[in-house]
Amino acid sequence: MTATTMDGTRRDFLYVASGAMAVVGAAATAWPFIDQMNPTAAALAMATTEIDIASVQPGQQIVYKWRGHPLFVRRRTPAEIASSKAVDVSSLPDPLARNANKPDSAPATDDERVIKSEWLVLIGVCTHLGCTPTVSTPASPEGEYGGWLCHCHGSQYDASGRIRKGPAPQNLAVPPYAFLSDTRIKVG
Amino acid sequence: MRSTALPLGLALGLLVSAPELTPAWALDTARLPVKSGDFSFNGPFGTYDRAALQRGFQVYKEVCAACHGLDHIAFHNLDEAGGPGFTEPQAKAIAAGYKLPADPNDKGEINDDKGNRLTRPGILADKFPPPFPNEEAARANNSGMLPPDLSMIEKAREGGADYVYSIAYGFNMAPPKGFKVTDGKYYNPYFEGWNIAMPPPLVDNAVTYSDGTKATVAQEAHDVATFLAWASDTKMEERKRMGFAVLIFLVVLSGLLFAAYRKVWADLH
Amino acid sequence: MSGPSTYNPKSGFEKWIDQRLPLPRLMHDTMQTFPTPRNLNIWYTFGGILTFCLGVQILTGVVLAMHYVANAGMAFDSVEAIMRDVNYGWLMRYIHSNGASMFFLAVYIHMFRGLYYGSYKAPRELLWIIGVFIYLLMMATAFFGYVLPWGQMSFWGATVITNLFSAIPLVGTQIATWLWGDFAVGDATLNRFFSLHYLLPFIIAGVVGLHVWALHVPGNNNPLGIDVKSPQDTVPFHPYYTVKDAFYLCLFVLLFAVFVFYAPNFFGNPDNYVQANPLVTPPDIVPEWYLLPFYAMLRSIPNKLMGVLVMGGAIVTLFFIPWLDTSRVRSCRFRPLMKQFFWAFAVVCVILGYCGSQSVDAAVAGIPLIWAARLATFYYFLFFWILMPIIGLIETPKKLPTSIAQSVLGEPAAAPAE
Repeated sequence: MTATTMDGTRRDFLYVASGAMAVVGAAATAWPFIDQMNPTAAALAMATTEIDIASVQPGQQIVYKWRGHPLFVRRRTPAEIASSKAVDVSSLPDPLARNANKPDSAPATDDERVIKSEWLVLIGVCTHLGCTPTVSTPASPEGEYGGWLCHCHGSQYDASGRIRKGPAPQNLAVPPYAFLSDTRIKVG
Repeated sequence: MRSTALPLGLALGLLVSAPELTPAWALDTARLPVKSGDFSFNGPFGTYDRAALQRGFQVYKEVCAACHGLDHIAFHNLDEAGGPGFTEPQAKAIAAGYKLPADPNDKGEINDDKGNRLTRPGILADKFPPPFPNEEAARANNSGMLPPDLSMIEKAREGGADYVYSIAYGFNMAPPKGFKVTDGKYYNPYFEGWNIAMPPPLVDNAVTYSDGTKATVAQEAHDVATFLAWASDTKMEERKRMGFAVLIFLVVLSGLLFAAYRKVWADLH
Repeated sequence: MSGPSTYNPKSGFEKWIDQRLPLPRLMHDTMQTFPTPRNLNIWYTFGGILTFCLGVQILTGVVLAMHYVANAGMAFDSVEAIMRDVNYGWLMRYIHSNGASMFFLAVYIHMFRGLYYGSYKAPRELLWIIGVFIYLLMMATAFFGYVLPWGQMSFWGATVITNLFSAIPLVGTQIATWLWGDFAVGDATLNRFFSLHYLLPFIIAGVVGLHVWALHVPGNNNPLGIDVKSPQDTVPFHPYYTVKDAFYLCLFVLLFAVFVFYAPNFFGNPDNYVQANPLVTPPDIVPEWYLLPFYAMLRSIPNKLMGVLVMGGAIVTLFFIPWLDTSRVRSCRFRPLMKQFFWAFAVVCVILGYCGSQSVDAAVAGIPLIWAARLATFYYFLFFWILMPIIGLIETPKKLPTSIAQSVLGEPAAAPAE
């Protein structure tokens, strides 16, 4: 009788152990099948790019391409800078800077959104569902805040790229970038 | 919000000056409803007018092709059934009039002594070569704007042939009071926003038609809209013809099935 | 698949087969002698029509895949080559693209029929739930397929829908990147969508097998919503319903053909004949018509995560219908109160679809459509989660006929006029 119980215990142990091993094996096998869908080495290599911004005139925005996304480089006028600085951060829907060059907790003041006040560098992807917002200029205003308007679902951004109205949850993201010279930036 | 709101005065001005053009939403610069070209290919039995297709091709070739490509059309399409009805020798001659980049010669060179790209005459299998080597060149030659390819334009725009006809024809109107045409742009109320980057392409006698048709702007616009309708939909005539046969077949089959259905169920009761 | 088999193999060969793989027996029992209520109306022909649609989509899809190139640089041109150069390529593509719309038209009629006649109620709960799974798979397949021509709507539709996943807290962005295989929708995305678009229809076909199986255990519901009680209530599937289904299928194909041959781009969007451009968003991104009601719900909510949850919730709700309906009576024919709310629900779905098709700041007669969409969304959830349970409890149904045969053959207590 003792022998049978021993046998039973040993059998149960072997069942559980082999079952557990099989689960581990299945999980380990699944990972390559899941991870193959992530960006390839080639896609990752495209992640850094250098841009010459000398041709951007004050009050103008030029759209470059970075990681398959539009990259907005806007050379702001003193009036746009001043109006962006005057905004009370506590009144903003998203109080965080969303600037990859600053700490995550940085507040959404205009200073925390830029490296040099004149240059606003943004990923041109609406934080709602990924459309490209249309830039606002004095000649053809878009939205009420002098920044951008996303025509897909009506999100409006100010001249600092901060969300002011509409369904988008966050300010337009600032990508990691650095000035290599006065007219050249490295993004990524 | 997409469009600039105009002062009320302008709306009133429009009402007075051009009542037939005044939609209910005249306060903004949304494009006007298209002007119907009343085309031969409208309706379930409509076919392309061969003469209009050939004239329209001439307008495309002599006017539009300076800036606009026809990427998806090959020269052999020109002599195919349902198309402009050129003969094969005519299509070959048209193809030979275009210069395409040649294959490397026997020394492996693709440029001549002066550095120019070697070329060869087009053949039936070739597609129409693009007017500019790449998008950047196209923009550089058109103050930053990109002239769209025309081989699908009538499928890619709401209004189709009527839209192209309206745009080509719509330059002859004076902008309403209070509407400022942007520098470097032209007024065309059939274009969204009313400011179009394309200079008026057509004038009277821009081309000389060999069939003696008088080349007015309206005629040229109508012809080129016809040609581009075919370019967008080269299989339209085949499609409508087959559709007619299919519908007749299905109606007869439905009749038979209905009779069978009634007979089977009648036995039940 | 259930009940005693009436198959009687005649020849020795049939017997030989029957003892080894009783496939002829299965076909005989499910498609020939299967007892089917004798009062099924036109709305019950859409099951067969849907099977036809799936077959058409698979057949034309396999053919199109022989010519299509799943590469971001070549996809658009390859579709044009199919339209212009491939023999009958235009026909295959127009059947496939319009076929998707016809498929959804049929599935919506099929679903509303199920709702109206209470076909989801016991003992057909699993039948309904499997059907909702098929609907989900259809939406996924259609979405992947719409991306393949790589036009502007393909690209931006894919961008908007995949970005829905970025609403998930914490890991949302990683999930979006994982879905894209890049940092944006691109070549990697197109390739995997093509792979999945080719795979899913065969999974749908498998789940349709389960759906038919789950149908053949309890048998068909019927417009009266009462159970089959005697053999007089039924007729054999063949020839009665084969011929009836064939007739209505032929009418359906007639409608299908009108679109394919005379209005092939009726359901399409001109922007999708412009090649995808990641730097330019079209002024209005509009999904295909069959997804518009859900799109309207998404847009009507000003908060991103909430919008996604509401839209997802609208679909998940469908799974719970068998238990949300508390009524003892199946068919709305005998439910005077429910009938009215049902038709209001149908109208609300159309309103949602209309709101979804208009630009986000549009208004009709001074009413901003976003408010219409919000009200309609509210009613959608109200209908299923509040009205359906309550009405089932408080409503007094009309008197049910004693049997299908009695109702059909017009004996004294006939069915209410309808």
